[in-house]
This record gives sequence, C-alpha cells and structure tokens, in this order.
Amino acid sequence: MPTRLLTVVLLLAALTGVAYADVRSDAKAQVEFGIAVAQRGLWKEALYRWKRATEIDPTYAAGFNNLAVGYEHEGMLDKAAEAYERALKLEPNNAMLRQNFELFKEIHDRTTQPQTP
Amino acid sequence: MTGRLSLKLLSGILVVGVAGCASFYEIPIETPIAAKLDVSAFQRVFIAGFLSGGTDDVDGNLETVRLLRSQLRMKSNLRVIDADVLPLKTDAASSRPQGQAAGPAAEARELTELEIKNEKDLQPYEHIFADADYWKRIGEEYQNPLIVTGTVLFTPHSQSGMVQREREIIDPLGRRRVEPVREYMERKGFILQEKFIFIDGRSGAQIHSEALREERLYNQNDNTPALSSYFELMDEIIPRFLSTLSTQKVRGSRVLIK
Repeated sequence: MPTRLLTVVLLLAALTGVAYADVRSDAKAQVEFGIAVAQRGLWKEALYRWKRATEIDPTYAAGFNNLAVGYEHEGMLDKAAEAYERALKLEPNNAMLRQNFELFKEIHDRTTQPQTP
Repeated sequence: MTGRLSLKLLSGILVVGVAGCASFYEIPIETPIAAKLDVSAFQRVFIAGFLSGGTDDVDGNLETVRLLRSQLRMKSNLRVIDADVLPLKTDAASSRPQGQAAGPAAEARELTELEIKNEKDLQPYEHIFADADYWKRIGEEYQNPLIVTGTVLFTPHSQSGMVQREREIIDPLGRRRVEPVREYMERKGFILQEKFIFIDGRSGAQIHSEALREERLYNQNDNTPALSSYFELMDEIIPRFLSTLSTQKVRGSRVLIK
C-alpha cells in the first residue's frame, strides 16, 4: 500500500514537472520571438509577445524584464516600473536585470522630480 | 589548404553556435519622455530675462537667455521671439508692492544698485513674477506668447575633503594598471541654481515653475574659467528645461534576456 502511494506521488510530481517545463518552453518561445522582432525595430509586436510570455508563465523573470524594456521604449514608464519590480521580485540577484532597472530609474526619477508650485 | 578551410568552417559554426546559445542581447532604446507642460496653445515663446546674481565673472541673465533661445530654436516647435532682454531688476525695484516703499524713488534706485549675491538678495525682487498685469502687458506687446523668466544664481563654491581618484601604476615588468586612491583635496567650483517660471502671455498668470540646481568642483590647480563651468552646468540643466516644453527622447541601451 505505501509503495502504491509513493508511486502515485512520484508520478504526480513528474507530471507537474513536465507541465511546468511545457509552460516555460512556451513562454520562452514567445520571449525569443519578441527579441527577434525587437531587434528589427518591431517594438509593438515584441511587447505583445513578452506580455503573452508573462501571462503563460508569471514566474519567468526574463519575460517581465523584456516587457519592462518594451514599455520603456514606448514611453510607458509607470508600466515599465511595475514590470521591472515583478522581475526583480522573481530574480533579485540577476545582475543584468538590476543594471536595466538602475538605468531605467535614472530616467524615471528625472520625470517624477518634485515641482515647485 | 583544405585544413585551413575546414578550420575556418569550424570557427564559423562555433560563432553561429555561440550566438544561438546567447541568453542575453544588448539593444539600443529610445525612451520618449512626455513634456511636463501642454504648450499647444502657444505658437511663440519669449525668453524674457532673469533676475541674476552670484559671481561677476558671468552675466547669468544674458548668457541664460542666449543659450535657451538658441536651444529652443533647434529643439522646439515654438517660434522664438528675438527681442531685448527685459530689465527685470529695475522693473521689480520700481514696482514694489504697496506698504514696502517708504521713499519710492530713492528706494527703487537703491534696490537697483544692490548686488545680488545669494538667494536672500533675490527676495526683494521676486514679487515681479506674480505681477500678472506686468506680464500681461509684455504678452500683449509680443502677441501672447509663452513667457519664460525666473532667477539665475551662479556662485563660487569651494570644498575640501577626501576624494577618490584613479592612479596609474606601472610595475617593474612595464604592465600598466589603475587603482583607486583616496586623498585629501582642496577643490573649487561653482553652483548654478536656476528657477524657470513659465507665464501665460494672454493672462499674465504663472502656469508652471521649476527649480534646478547643479554644481561642479575642480582641482584647485585647474583654474577652470567661470564661463566654461557655467556652460558645463547648463549642459546638465538644459535637457531638463527642454523636457518641460517638448517631448524628449533619451537614448540608451538595455539587455534583453532569454
């Protein structure tokens, strides 16, 4: 009986792993396509792909990073800030992500500087 | 020959393979920053002049007017009005609010002759920016433009303390390396404080104002001229001034990750 239970648990774990891998590879395909079109200057399409990637796999930091870059390029700075924050929550030690965020913050802070009345 | 060809082919395949496996890509981006002020109601802009003070080496008023006009001509859709700079200090001295003037003519003369050295010295003149009638009259004269005015303080500044700089070291084998060193240094420089006030020439009312500050310190032996320091500081301030009036694009690069 315990052997059967263990088998079921192992099977479930394996299936979950397969499903997760599928989700990640689907999201990765969207991210890669987004990168390819962004390199050709098609930022709107890239943005759509990266948004899809984050919907498919909301734990994929790269998806959120690229989405943030896309928003930055379109001048949607608040949305970019949100996407960077999501990415950093998922991978706080990712150096490339941090560097992007620091560069973004320089611009964002400049636009949100307090004004004198 | 065949060996060299196959080597080239192999390295080609390797390069393609490595590029294919790359997990990140650097990409240039241009971030548009929307203008802070909606100036669609104006076709013309008049940089009227500034109350200025600080060092005598630079005429902050004239230099700022000249620089802003030339920048706006290049980077804005507004037509820049070329006219004499307003004598703001004199106008402010002779139009002081009621209750402040004991002997108007004498005091006005005295005020005009006073040198502006710091922020406190600017205060007796600053009421002019709130004088809607004055600005409305100017507006009527120049066909209701957007008027830009304000204050400019360009003051000398010195500071001493520990500074980190890079020192070049060449070892006995002739290899060059750079290492950071901390040392005590006396430094001299300037502080540029600008307050830009945007006035609607149709009503004379203030519509926006923005205070910006930049400073630069140089090694005491550098003897950097005041005017070149002023331009260096204005290089930092001008993009922020322009972003108030028109959409600006900031160029940079980011990393896309797989």
